[in-house]
Amino acid sequence: MTSKNKKIVATLLIFALLIAAVPLFALKGAEFGGSDDAGSQMISEIQGTEYEPWFTPIMETFIDGEIPGEVESLLFCIQTGIGVGVLAFFMGRFVERKKWQDKAKGEIVR
Amino acid sequence: MLYKDLPCERRSDEWESSEFGAYFIGTPFGYTFIPKKLGGKTERRMKMSKKEKRVMKLVIAFALAFGIVPSAYGMHIMEGYLPVGYCIAWGAVCMPFLAAGFFSIRKRLQENRKTITILAMSGAFIFVISSLKIPSVTGSCSHMTGTGLGALLFGPSAVSILGMIVLIFQAILLAHGGLTTLGANTFSMAIAGPFVSFGIYKLLKMLKVNKLVSIFLAAMIGDLFTYCVTAIQLALAYPSETGGVFASAVKFLGVFAPTQLPLAIIEGILTTVIIITLETYALPELKAVGFSKEVQ
Repeated sequence: MTSKNKKIVATLLIFALLIAAVPLFALKGAEFGGSDDAGSQMISEIQGTEYEPWFTPIMETFIDGEIPGEVESLLFCIQTGIGVGVLAFFMGRFVERKKWQDKAKGEIVR
Repeated sequence: MLYKDLPCERRSDEWESSEFGAYFIGTPFGYTFIPKKLGGKTERRMKMSKKEKRVMKLVIAFALAFGIVPSAYGMHIMEGYLPVGYCIAWGAVCMPFLAAGFFSIRKRLQENRKTITILAMSGAFIFVISSLKIPSVTGSCSHMTGTGLGALLFGPSAVSILGMIVLIFQAILLAHGGLTTLGANTFSMAIAGPFVSFGIYKLLKMLKVNKLVSIFLAAMIGDLFTYCVTAIQLALAYPSETGGVFASAVKFLGVFAPTQLPLAIIEGILTTVIIITLETYALPELKAVGFSKEVQ
């Protein structure tokens, strides 16, 4: 990675972190509920009555009730974990491969 | 050479498979798309087999038949929040894209097995990105789609498959989105968004805009567009009594857009960062998928 790219990546990542973190500190006491829920509130508002979903999520039917918050965060973590695992595995291989390739090239030159 | 220019009377026996009718039922990844013979003729691999054509025709017909029937015509729509007719219609509309995506992925992999790593990484990126709920300026949380990366690297139709897998995972395990609204959500997140990303990237490339800037804008606008489509999907199903579909769409957009804007910027940034990294370390793979053409 060239030093120019390194600088771009670092700046961009810092910027992304700031965008994510600032609202949390700026809006103290905000609820930070999901915007999906805000959508369902809007449906009720437009309809004028409380909207009754005609189908409940399959997991909630199995366990007879809502998924507990902690379990839900666990499942979200599993999703993140699977993704990060795959990304990191391949990225690691690529980085290592590049290292060996560069080394081999260097030896030929010598 | 284009598909249509190739002779289609020759059937490729390597694609003869008894599972054919089941491609779109269940996850497509359950079926082998790794070619049995890796050393076949390239020409044979490039054309659509008769069966593939037949399947494409069938699903397009299906989409037209069911997709237009409801008089009008929507981030993740919650389970059970769309009327049945809309669920079926959106599902049907997705079918041709999913079929095209499946064929495009298989063709890529048959041309070059190496591309599977990039495909896996694009899918993993969607997995990670769409599981992160990030606080936004409006005081509520939302998450990104992550489909821009795959669309730029693999083409928009391939992402429809990847996106749908993530949506199924979330619908079943997380009660986030839903099985009944899978069609509508697939359309907004895995079809509309990626197609816009792809289009914007191509357009900016033609206009010779800086590559990183075009990647950033493509991913960002694709993410925003996903939410616009969701708003429209909801508005079509729930038109406001006073202003009709339009007034309703504005209301839903009012909920989604301000929340999503900062997140779309983050998504643009992350996509750019991933592509810079891949270009540094995985140039052979990026060339194999046709993203980077310049020789190292």
